Amino acid sequence: MKNITKLGAVSALSLIVGATAAFADNIKIAFIDPLSGPFASTGTNGLHQYQFAADHMVNEKGGVLDGQNFEIVPFDNKISPKESLIQLQVAIDQGIRYIAQGNSSGVANALTEAIAKHNKRNPDSRVLFLNYAAVDPALTNDKCNFWHFRFDANADIKMDALTDVMAADDSMKKVYIIGQDYSFGKAVAAAAVANLSSKRPDVEIVGNELHPIGKVKDFTPYARKIVASGADAIITGNWGADMLGLGKSVIENGYEGPIFTYYAAGSGMTAAFGESAKDRIRLISQGGINPIATEEARATYDAFEAKYPEGNIDQSRIFNVIGMLAQAIEGAGTADDVVAVAKQLEGMEYDSMWGGKIFMRPQDHQAIQDMHVGVHTNENIDFDYDNSGYGVFTESTVTMASMDSPTTCKMKRP
Amino acid sequence: MELILVNVIDGLVTGLLLFMLSAGLTLIFSMMGVLNFAHASFYMLGAYFAYQISLALGFWVGLLIAPLIVGVMGAGVERYGLRRVHQYGHVPELIFTFGLALLIEELVQFVWGKNQMAYDIPDILNFTAFSIAGNSIPAYKIFMIFISVGIFMGLLYVLTKTRVGMIIQAALSYPRTVEALGHNVPLIFMGVFGVGTALAGVAGVIAGPVLGTFPGMAFVLGSIVFVTIVIGGLGSLWGALVASLLIGWITTFAKSYNIAMSDILNGIGIATPENLSDNMFRDLWTVTSPQIADILPYILMVLILIFRPAGLFGKRES
Repeated sequence: MKNITKLGAVSALSLIVGATAAFADNIKIAFIDPLSGPFASTGTNGLHQYQFAADHMVNEKGGVLDGQNFEIVPFDNKISPKESLIQLQVAIDQGIRYIAQGNSSGVANALTEAIAKHNKRNPDSRVLFLNYAAVDPALTNDKCNFWHFRFDANADIKMDALTDVMAADDSMKKVYIIGQDYSFGKAVAAAAVANLSSKRPDVEIVGNELHPIGKVKDFTPYARKIVASGADAIITGNWGADMLGLGKSVIENGYEGPIFTYYAAGSGMTAAFGESAKDRIRLISQGGINPIATEEARATYDAFEAKYPEGNIDQSRIFNVIGMLAQAIEGAGTADDVVAVAKQLEGMEYDSMWGGKIFMRPQDHQAIQDMHVGVHTNENIDFDYDNSGYGVFTESTVTMASMDSPTTCKMKRP
Repeated sequence: MELILVNVIDGLVTGLLLFMLSAGLTLIFSMMGVLNFAHASFYMLGAYFAYQISLALGFWVGLLIAPLIVGVMGAGVERYGLRRVHQYGHVPELIFTFGLALLIEELVQFVWGKNQMAYDIPDILNFTAFSIAGNSIPAYKIFMIFISVGIFMGLLYVLTKTRVGMIIQAALSYPRTVEALGHNVPLIFMGVFGVGTALAGVAGVIAGPVLGTFPGMAFVLGSIVFVTIVIGGLGSLWGALVASLLIGWITTFAKSYNIAMSDILNGIGIATPENLSDNMFRDLWTVTSPQIADILPYILMVLILIFRPAGLFGKRES
């Protein structure tokens, strides 16, 4: 009897060992973003794009190195920095070496600090931070570190490109700036004020305010203030439910001018705006999809729609993250030594299928790429969002935006 | 001056919407002693059902049918869920409704996904009713006001003028006596729960197109509803109405005017300190009314609990 128990235990143990060995072949990327609560849709759509990009660009093509696959492991951080740090620890304990996060610069600030500390104290289990959407400029300036890479343009770069377009419109006289009350909202406001006052000193900023993030039930009072101020353009960095609420409310309550935004597309927003916001909403983003840049991108988007009929590729930079990471791991010849991978990422020039080049600036780990200003419309749309017939059409492009922009980053390399 | 009138209307809309949620909750609480954490979830269900029905049959059918479905579901929850848990006391009831709220949110995400739904104002109401100094008042808002005022009138009539209402009121304070007189008190409880959740459903149907239909919509409104019934006084319909309007107007006005705390403090004779950045009260000096608008109802609730624990219109001391 005793022997049988022993035999059972040994064989069970060997099964477990065998199973972990099989899992160890995967290169895991922890996806730490909101998967529940008011911003769940933004997080979940990002997760789908990550999973699809990993499968489509890496796993189905035989993986990296000697056939290792990418595996995206989701962690729900409920958009809370505190929760994110717990999830980060869980991810590290599971042996994950790559952390992807994007929603909320508040979270990104907490993560980048925690990761820098962790890597200093635990040289054996260092991790890299792949920031695909948190655009607070501080992350690649005062708070920069060797482990953090930003694949989206930061708020300053975006605002620089956006105000170039705005400044060309001579009829614009009064601008209202509104945003969410946290580091990113403040960064957008500061960049807007700085850019507008240097490019168009004649433009008056008639309002500059912040509202609580994710807590405003009804944006009507804000819309009233905007209308009352006589503004003929609005700038906002809002995203998720806050963007839709604000946009719908100002349009319903009598605002006539354009709304310049960072994130007013996808996640159900485009369908919900529909006809009411046609030619009214403009977005600054990287990687425009209408018109599509390459045949490869077209095939990718078609495959994505076949897999997620309800989904959108509204963050095409996620594909750049996966592509650049795969290239860096191949170049380093290892996925376990993140220092070697990071050194490959530094200064990398990558040809994106969404058009243009992406240059990972070595001095601050800020990706430099083409920026596009698009308009919410239903004309000339190849790939719509939310199956609504509406999408974002690229109106103007700034090539390699802010290539020589200054940075205060003083990076300490290991 | 014109802006004040506009804000009065906006605050009225917000307040009446809140009233439709709190009216049901306050009746349920005072009658059964159950803090129904899932109340806002029924509001969300109303919006989603109405959206789904409106795709096939149009907005108006949704407005009629969705609250009915929500009400029947609510009654079912009372009959087969709460009534069984009731015998074990209030804590299990509380946990039951809390779990139900989580369950409904997950269910909604499972069926409809996490995206915003394109649930829109019907075309017939999608125009500007009138404008005050460039501020347009959408016709839909006027429609919301009429619906909620109509519901308030109807509820008031039923509760105070009809036999059913009298029995309900009696069952509120003396359930045992009412039962001894031969009335079916469990049935009354079930009915009240059903009607209360149906009211939340109506609120969801008409709020969905303006406030957005997404899985977080219950969460955003959840806590403020409890604040409303505590301020108004548990079990009082008038209390719920007054508290809802009060909260609607307070938050709307606080958000519409940038009143800085430093202006108020200067006004009552306290000078701004020379060096603000070193001052320990820096946050207090730089705060503006839109920033604290959403916590004003909570401050009001604390004050009410200190000075009038039964609430504005509450009768019971417990």
